[in-house]
Amino acid sequence: MSSANTIVQLPDQSTAQLPRKHYLNQELGLKSWLLTGDHKRIAMLYLFSITFFFFIGGAFASLIRLQLLTPGSDLLAPDTYNKVFSMHGIVMIFLFLVPSVPATLGNFLIPIMIGAKDLAFPKINLLSWYLFVAGGLFILAAMILGGVDTGWTFTTPLSTHYLNTHVVTAALGIFIAGFASILTGLNFIVTIHRMRAPGMTWFRLPLFVWGHYAASILMVLGTPVLAITLVLVALERTIGIGVFDPTKGGDPLLFQHLFWFYSHPAVYIMILPGMAVISEVISTFSRKRIFGYTAVAFSSVAIAIFGFFVWEHHMFIMGVSNYSALVFSLLTMLVAVPSAIKIFNWSATLYKGSITFETPMLYAFGFLGLFTIGGLTGVFLGSMGMDVHLTETYFIVAHFHFVMVGGMLMAYLAGMHFWWPKITGRMYPEAISKLAAVVTFIGFIFTFFPQFILGYLGMPRRYASYPPEFQVLNVLSTAGASILAVGYLLPMLYMPWSLKYGKIAGNNPWQATGLEWQITSPPLTENFVETPIVDHEAYDYEWLANQTEHEVKTVG
Amino acid sequence: MSHISPVLWQFLTNWMKASPLFPPEASTIAPYADALYLFLVVITIIGLVLVGALVVGFSVRYRKERSPEATQIEGSTLLEATWTLIPLGLFLIAFVWGALLYFRIYNPPTNAMQVYVVGKQWMWKAEHPGGQHEINALHIPIGRPVQVTLISQDVFHSFSVPDFRVKREAIPGRYTTVWFEATQPGRYHIFCTQYCGTEHSGMIGWVTAMTPDAYAAWAAGSTSGASLAQNGERLFASLGCNACHSGDPAARGPNLAGVYDSRIRLQDGTTAVADDAYLRDAILNPSQHVPAGYAPIMPTYQGQINEDGMIDLVEYIKSLHSNFRVQQTLNTTQLSSTQTNGATPSAAAGVKP
Amino acid sequence: MDSPAIATVNGEMQAEAHAHPAYLRHHFETVEQQREAASFGMWLFLLTEVMFFGGMFMAYLIYRNWYHAAFVAGSNTLNIWLGTINTAVLICSSFTMAMAVYSAEKRRRKSLVTYLILTIVLGLAFLGIKAVEYAEKFELHQVPGASFSIEQFVHPTDPKAVALAPDMAEKTQVYFSLYFAMTGMHALHMIIGISILLILVVRALGGAYTEGHMSTIENFGLYWHFVDIVWIFLFPLLYLISRYR
Repeated sequence: MSSANTIVQLPDQSTAQLPRKHYLNQELGLKSWLLTGDHKRIAMLYLFSITFFFFIGGAFASLIRLQLLTPGSDLLAPDTYNKVFSMHGIVMIFLFLVPSVPATLGNFLIPIMIGAKDLAFPKINLLSWYLFVAGGLFILAAMILGGVDTGWTFTTPLSTHYLNTHVVTAALGIFIAGFASILTGLNFIVTIHRMRAPGMTWFRLPLFVWGHYAASILMVLGTPVLAITLVLVALERTIGIGVFDPTKGGDPLLFQHLFWFYSHPAVYIMILPGMAVISEVISTFSRKRIFGYTAVAFSSVAIAIFGFFVWEHHMFIMGVSNYSALVFSLLTMLVAVPSAIKIFNWSATLYKGSITFETPMLYAFGFLGLFTIGGLTGVFLGSMGMDVHLTETYFIVAHFHFVMVGGMLMAYLAGMHFWWPKITGRMYPEAISKLAAVVTFIGFIFTFFPQFILGYLGMPRRYASYPPEFQVLNVLSTAGASILAVGYLLPMLYMPWSLKYGKIAGNNPWQATGLEWQITSPPLTENFVETPIVDHEAYDYEWLANQTEHEVKTVG
Repeated sequence: MSHISPVLWQFLTNWMKASPLFPPEASTIAPYADALYLFLVVITIIGLVLVGALVVGFSVRYRKERSPEATQIEGSTLLEATWTLIPLGLFLIAFVWGALLYFRIYNPPTNAMQVYVVGKQWMWKAEHPGGQHEINALHIPIGRPVQVTLISQDVFHSFSVPDFRVKREAIPGRYTTVWFEATQPGRYHIFCTQYCGTEHSGMIGWVTAMTPDAYAAWAAGSTSGASLAQNGERLFASLGCNACHSGDPAARGPNLAGVYDSRIRLQDGTTAVADDAYLRDAILNPSQHVPAGYAPIMPTYQGQINEDGMIDLVEYIKSLHSNFRVQQTLNTTQLSSTQTNGATPSAAAGVKP
Repeated sequence: MDSPAIATVNGEMQAEAHAHPAYLRHHFETVEQQREAASFGMWLFLLTEVMFFGGMFMAYLIYRNWYHAAFVAGSNTLNIWLGTINTAVLICSSFTMAMAVYSAEKRRRKSLVTYLILTIVLGLAFLGIKAVEYAEKFELHQVPGASFSIEQFVHPTDPKAVALAPDMAEKTQVYFSLYFAMTGMHALHMIIGISILLILVVRALGGAYTEGHMSTIENFGLYWHFVDIVWIFLFPLLYLISRYR
C-alpha cells in the first residue's frame, strides 16, 4: 500500500475558450458526416441513432406499463400487447443497450485514451454504423408492416411455425445489426492491441479501455453464434428446414442452447462498458486512483471468460440433465464474484478521497446501489432450486431491468454527462441534471422494485392480462414508470439546450487524469497535435497536479 | 432452519402467510423454497447495506469540504482477497442449497400419484390415470405426492404453480416431470409462464387441492368411465399393436408385460430403461429402439397418434404386469370386430383424423 | 524508465513521417503498424467466422450421433465425384490465390491479375458444380420442406443402399437441412469472396497492391483460404464419412 496526498482544484472556467477548429466544425455539410472516417463523428452518428431507438423502445415501454395498469386487456388486445413487448425487447437490447456505451462513448474515447489518432479501421467503423442503421431499418420495417410477436427470444417452434408476423424481417434486422456489433468489437480489439501510444502499456490503460476490451471479446465471439441461429430460424420459417423442428426430428432445445450461448454473454456485452464508465467517474470525482486497479481490470476479463460458460442457467426448468444444470449453476456463482470485487473496489476507492457530487457521480452512486441489487438477485436465479420458482416471472423482469436499466442506463447517463464537456465543449446545466439523476433513481425504484415482489408472488412475464390480485403492485410500477419517464426526458431537453447556452467547459473541467482530458474540448479531428508519450499510470493525480498546462508531453 | 429456532420459524412463516407480499405456502416444497429465498434476501440486504454504508459513509466523511486532499492508495491484496472469498463462500452456499432444492423439486418420490398434463395453445389438459379429463383444471388430493408428466402438443409452455413453488417447461416432443405434495385444501393458480403466442396470458388454470375423501368423491364422480389404461387398451387394439405384441413367445414383437421400468438390451448393444419417455419414443421412432433379438419391422406411428393417445398407450403398457391383459385385448378385438359399433369413441378420439 | 527505448521508437517514427508512402493511412504511425493491424483484424474476423460455422458444426455433431443411420443414408445420396472435383477445384483456387499474393509480393502486376482471375474462374466453377448438385437434390425431392420425400430412403432403387425404417428415413430431413444450411452458408461466403475478387482485379489493373503495399491482397488471401478450409471440413463430414460404395 503506497500513499501520497494530492489536492486537486477545479479550474476556473470563466476564461475557457472553445478551440477555433475542432472535429465538429472541421468540415461542414451532411456529406462530411455521412462519409466521415473520424471515430468521434461516427460516435455522434451512433449517438443520434441510438437515442432515436431508445425513445422508440421507451414508447413501447410506456404502452406496456399503461396496459398493465389494469388486470384486463383494456388498452391493447393480447396480440398487440405481445407485439409491443417484443418490439420493446428487440429495440432496447439490439438497437440501444448493445451499442449504447461502446458505439458512442467507446468509439469516441478509446482512441483518445490510448493516444491514437483514430480506431484501427475507420472505414469499417463507418460501415458498422451503416450496418447498424440498416439493421434498425429492417426492425422498423417489421414494426411498421405489422409488428413481430416472438419476444426478443425468438423461441422455436413458436417463432418458426406458429406465428404469422414479420419474424424473418426482424431476425434479418438483428442479424445485420449483429454484424455492426462484431465490427465494433473487432475494431476495438485491434485498436487496443496495435494503436497504443508509446509508453501506454497494458497496465497504464484506463479501466474504461479494459472494460471495452473484455466486452469486445464477447462481441466478437458471441454475436456470430446468434447470427447463425437466426439464419437457421429464418430458413426454417421460409423453406422449412428441420434443425429446430421437433416434428422433423430437430430439437427445439438446441435452439435454446445456441440462442443463450450468445444472449447470456450479451448481458455482459451490455454491462461491461457500463462498469467501464463507472470506474472513470468514481476515480475522477473522488480524486483518487481506483482501489486495486489490477483486480478491477482482470475482473472484467474474468467476467468475459466465465460469461461464455453459464448460458444453461436460462434452461434450468427445461428438462436439461440435473447434473449439467449443477455445473452451470456453479459457474454462474463464479461469474458473480468478479462483479462483487468491482463493487467493493469502487466503494473502497471513495475511502480517503476528496469527493464531490457532480451529476455523473450521482448516477454512478445510483449504479452502485441498483447494480448491487441487480447482481445479487442474479444469485437467486443462478441458485437452481430458487430459479425454478422465479424464472419466467416478473422477478426475472425486475432482475434484468435492475442490471440493464438500473446498471447500464445509469452508467450510460453518467458517462454522457461526464464526457459531455469533452464531446461538445460545453457544460450541461448542473442543477437540473442533478434533479434528473435523482428523479431517475426514484422513478426506477418505484417502477421495478414492486416487480420483484410480483415475481415471487408468481406473476408470469409477458402477460397481457393478469389476475386482479396483482394489480396494486402493477399500479405502483406504472406510477413509478411515469416518474422514470420524466427522468429520461429531462436530459433530452437540457442536453440540446446546453449545446448553445452551456458554459464553455475548457480542456479539463473535472481535473481528470485520462489523456482525453489533456486535449482540447471538443477535440481536434486528429485528437493530438503530436503523438503523446505516456510516462505515468492511469489515475495518477500526482502527475496531473504537476502538469502546469494540463497538456501531456508530446513528441517534438 | 426450523430446527434452529422453532418459535422464530413459526413467527416468520405465520407472518409470511398473512403478508400479501408472499404467496401462500401450499406444498411441502414451499417452506424449503421460502427458506432459501429468505437466506438470499438476507444476503442481498446485507450486501446492499454494506455497499450503502460504505458509499454514504465515505461520501460524508471524505467529501471535499472535510477532506480537501485525497490520499492515493494503490490497493490492498488482503482486503480484496476478503471481498473475493466472502462473497464466493456465500454464493457457494446459495449454489449448494439451491442444488439440493432443485433435486428435491425434480426427483419425485417413488410412491407419487401420476397425472399427465398436455399443454397446447392455449390450454392445459390434465388426464388422470382413472380416466378423469380436465381442461385448465387439476384436482389433486392433499397429503399425497403427485407427479405431473408434462408434454406440449405445439410450442413451449411452462407449467407453473407459484403457491407450490414449482414450475416445469412443457416441451414439444419430450416428457418432462415435476412433482408436488399439496398441504392445504384450496384453489391455486396454474400459469403458463413460457410465452406461447397470442393468448399466452389466458393460459391460466386452477389446481384444486382437496382432502383425500373429497378427492375420492370427485374422482368417482368425474371419471369418463374408462381409465387411461383402458383407453390405451382400445387404442392398442385399434392400431393393431397386439398383432405383434401378443405376448406369445413366438410373436414378432417383444412381450410388453412388465416391460415398464425394466432395463432393455437394445440391438446395438446398449441398454435403456423403459420409462415413459422411452415408451413414447419407441412408438414414434421404433427403429431407434429395437430390442436385441427382434427384427426392426415395427412401423412408426408418427403423426397418427396425438399426445393424449400417446399417454393412453403409455399408461396401458405401464399397466401390463402379465400377459393376461394382452390376451384379453386380443379377445376384445376379436369380439368387437363382430360387434356393429366397432371401436369405442374414446379409442377413436386418441387417433388423429 | 523506458525512455531511451521510446526515444528510438520516436526517432524512427519521425524518419518515417517524412517519407509518407501514399498508402499509409493518416492515423497509423508506421507502415508496419498498419500492416500488423490489418492482419490482426483479419484473423479476428476469421475467429468470428469460426464461431459462425461452429454453431452448425455443433448441430451436425449432435444430430449425427442421434440419427446415425439417416446421416449415413443421406451422405450416400451425395455425388462423391462432384464433391471430389469441387474439393480439387477449391484447393487449386487456394493455390492460385497464394500465387496471387506471391505475385503481389514480387510486384508483378500482370501475373497478379492473371492469378486473381484464375481464382475467380475456379470459384465460379465450384459454385457451378454446387448448383448442379443442388439441382439434383431438387429433382430427387431431397430438399427439406414441403416437397421432401423419404421414398428413396425407405425403398431405395440402388441395390447397395440400406433401406431405412420410415421413422429413421424422416430424419434424413435433418441431415439435408444441415447439408443445405452448411453448404449454403459456405457458398454465400464464396459469392462474397468472388465479388471482392472482382473489385481486387479492377484495382490491381489500376496498379494497386504491386507497389509494396499488399496487405489487402494478403488479408483477402486469408479469407479465401479460410473459406477453403471450411470446405475441407464440410467435405468429409457431409460426403465421405460412412460411405458404403
